[in-house]
Amino acid sequence: MTITPDHMVYWRWGSLVLNATIVSTWIVMVLLTAAAVRVTRRLRDGPPLKAGQNLLESITGGILDQIRDITPHAPEQLLPFLGTLFLFVALSNLLAAVPGFEAPTGSLSTTAALALCVFLAVPVFGISRCGMGRYLKNYIRPNPLMLPFNILGELSRTVALAVRLFGNMMSASMIAAILLSIAPFFFPVIMQLFGLLTGLVQAYIFAVLAAVYIAAGTEVQERRAAAVQPAPPPAKPNKETS
Amino acid sequence: MDNLSLVALVSIATAGICLAIGSIAPALGEARALSQALSAIAQQPDETNAITRTLFVGMAMVESTAIYCFVLAMILIFANPFWKFFLSRAGG
Repeated sequence: MTITPDHMVYWRWGSLVLNATIVSTWIVMVLLTAAAVRVTRRLRDGPPLKAGQNLLESITGGILDQIRDITPHAPEQLLPFLGTLFLFVALSNLLAAVPGFEAPTGSLSTTAALALCVFLAVPVFGISRCGMGRYLKNYIRPNPLMLPFNILGELSRTVALAVRLFGNMMSASMIAAILLSIAPFFFPVIMQLFGLLTGLVQAYIFAVLAAVYIAAGTEVQERRAAAVQPAPPPAKPNKETS
Repeated sequence: MDNLSLVALVSIATAGICLAIGSIAPALGEARALSQALSAIAQQPDETNAITRTLFVGMAMVESTAIYCFVLAMILIFANPFWKFFLSRAGG
């Protein structure tokens, strides 16, 4: 029993190793790219919409709405990055139900790479939106004493992002393998069904957390814009709450 | 008792204790978050979408401590570095 598909080696040539993680990542990439190319080859404006175009448009629109809920400031900028993260993680988690396919997200290498992308995207989006000075000022907020804690928090949340996804996907495949040896046939099917749900939820959480981190990096500008606007009327006290 | 069986004994026991103790607090925290979210939804059904989204994200954050314990336990059992070290020393 292995805890990571990194150890399943298909092909080795010198120091070049082709393991299950790389192969399944390629499969997911090919599937996503082929589907996107096939659908976007013939886009239509008119009423007879193809099923594929309908699907892609609703997915894109849904992701855009979710991003807009989190950060109302220019969600279109974030859509390519966050949408790619979500679609990749979601498809690899869903394909884990296919026998013989090792989910690439069950390997710490993949999740660490994705978390590193988020780690780099936070300053990139933050600086491009509100400038270098304002972005760096985020680190000494509320006062310069917090600088080491802010930096530590940035690092630890990246590690947490990677380990969370890895732990969830690894535990799903591990529990399926253990149950297969204890109670074959029936229980593993239920756990696989449950795994589909948790896989989608994990993909959603990964994308939402990335959006939240990026939104936090660009917070300065929005807070200043909110301070200029008149304050909203005070909320009515809720009488039902005890 | 030689080193190898000592490492095996300690690793297995520690993995069990780690997961057992480490899952108490996240379980309590998640239960509390869920019950609060349910009462919030019962009071304000219009806000169900926002509450559910925040609940999922918050629960994932709470759950991550339990996941760390699980990863640690799995490393102790299946990929223990000390085990490999003493195994290579015992093998010569």
